[in-house]
Amino acid sequence: MSTAVVSIGRFFRYGNFAIGIALTGLVGLTALVSFFWTPHSAILIDVAAKFRPMSAQHWFGTDHFGRDVFSMIMVGARNSIAVGVVAVSASVTFGTALGLLASARRGWIEELLMRMSDLAFAFPAVLTAIMITALWGPGAINAILAIAIFNVPVFARVTRGAANAIWAREYILAARAAGKGGLRITVEHVLPNILNVLIVQATIQFALAILAEAGLSYLGLGAQPPYPSWGRMLRDAQSYLFEVPEQAIYPGVAIAIAVLGLNLLGDGLRDAFDPRLVRKR
Amino acid sequence: MTLLAVEGLNVTLATDAGPVAVVHDVGFTLDRRETLGIVGESGCGKTMTALALMGLLPEAARTAGRILFDGEDLLAADEARLCSLRGDRLAMIFQEPTTALNPVHTVGHQVAEVLMLHRDMAETAALAEARRLLDMVGLPRAAERLAAYPHQLSGGQRQRVMIAMALACKPDILVADEPTTALDVTVQAQILDLIGELVRELGMALVLITHDLGVVGQVTDRVAVMYAGRVVESGPTEAIFAKRAHPYTQGLFKARPSHAGQGRAAGTAARLATIPGLVPDPRSPPPGCAFAPRCPHAIEICRRPPPLVAIGESHDALCHRVGEWT
Repeated sequence: MSTAVVSIGRFFRYGNFAIGIALTGLVGLTALVSFFWTPHSAILIDVAAKFRPMSAQHWFGTDHFGRDVFSMIMVGARNSIAVGVVAVSASVTFGTALGLLASARRGWIEELLMRMSDLAFAFPAVLTAIMITALWGPGAINAILAIAIFNVPVFARVTRGAANAIWAREYILAARAAGKGGLRITVEHVLPNILNVLIVQATIQFALAILAEAGLSYLGLGAQPPYPSWGRMLRDAQSYLFEVPEQAIYPGVAIAIAVLGLNLLGDGLRDAFDPRLVRKR
Repeated sequence: MTLLAVEGLNVTLATDAGPVAVVHDVGFTLDRRETLGIVGESGCGKTMTALALMGLLPEAARTAGRILFDGEDLLAADEARLCSLRGDRLAMIFQEPTTALNPVHTVGHQVAEVLMLHRDMAETAALAEARRLLDMVGLPRAAERLAAYPHQLSGGQRQRVMIAMALACKPDILVADEPTTALDVTVQAQILDLIGELVRELGMALVLITHDLGVVGQVTDRVAVMYAGRVVESGPTEAIFAKRAHPYTQGLFKARPSHAGQGRAAGTAARLATIPGLVPDPRSPPPGCAFAPRCPHAIEICRRPPPLVAIGESHDALCHRVGEWT
């Protein structure tokens, strides 16, 4: 029991980590609540009621179609999180598998996989995603695929680096001396020992995925209307930036909160998993 | 047929600076219930020899010669065959019990796993056997310790777990690479006694790698002294302890700390003898006898490769000048 208490204590000693949890929790909770309740419909258009200012009825006012912005932000959170979760899960699965393979086999397989990921890294992540959605056509599913694909080399590389360090450990040699093959060692010895690294990286990539999704939606390549997304809200608001500037602030702040929260969470997790890192600072 | 016969074993590591020979023409035989000690300084090739026996050499290593285990050449065996032999008929104990156990699994699981792998045991049966094994290696409260993680055990206890893992399938050959180096002196003796006892009880053959001559005298039947990748002297332990033929062996014995500070008690502040110089760089070995640059008896002829000279029954030394000085 003591070890758990100590790590939880260590978690909360770092304020940033607590802020990260709070912000991420806020976004997650908002998305969750939006399934059961929103103040108004997020898609119902009432042009007569457009550009209403903040009020008790419309907390964040209404947009150019008279939709309730607060409700749209809530449903948009759902969209961002869904895209992030699905895209990151997919890329963790494939990227980690490739990284583990590269690390277990070494030689030309490792060389090939890493050079391929170099190639992928040569393009900025969001640009890759834009390229892919532009090729396959806009839509939430294609946005998820695009984000997943540019994340695969990230996980492949992180996994390979961490796994190579584990493969050099003596207990791997001991496991081999006990007659275990490469696959068994990978699953039983390497993977459990690099999980912490993967969790931290997944959190950071989650933030990037949300940002990428917002970018794609902003360009009209993400979730399609009428389904609300933060990126598209931002673009719509841009047209009226001088008349109703606050309309751009709400989705912008929502994106910032989600990305900041996840980044702080990732940093905090890293510190918690590796106490040596904290002492160095 | 001898259980293990190593013939002309050569190991070469491919490095960026070209191939480096780390083991030269090593040969020995070993039978059940026999214990061979391989002695030498760090970097003399003893660990590489051990890894070659297990088929665990690094990928950059190239080998020549034969390692016949029950008549089967291990150097020619493929990875799948080696996997089925390792842990089952060949087992190894490592130097650092602190790092040789996986920190994320319980020790019970790690011992049981070997049995599940090679004996197709169900998990409950394997855990029961693991408990018996941990008992056998003298881990106190073995039943509770099954669920312990490596960090909850002391170094000596972890080494006992390593031994239990190695012995789980009653191997024919146990390779112990400096099994006591990382342990306290008192624990060292216990672990050595334990290994010796188990070798006799289970009828295994033991290859004990060490730089500690005390350990060699205590446990082994035969000794091979290695220097710069070559066996420079080998023979029955008593014969070598009685008559050290190779100047390197003599140097090793002289460099041994004496017990109970005999010199100091007399107020003479005796200093530990050392062998002057350094182990030769394997990338550019000296011509002829590798020990010549550090040898107090070296003469011109030592620049040529030394012959293997018989000292006594199965006691040989690799030296030009054996018996030419006293």
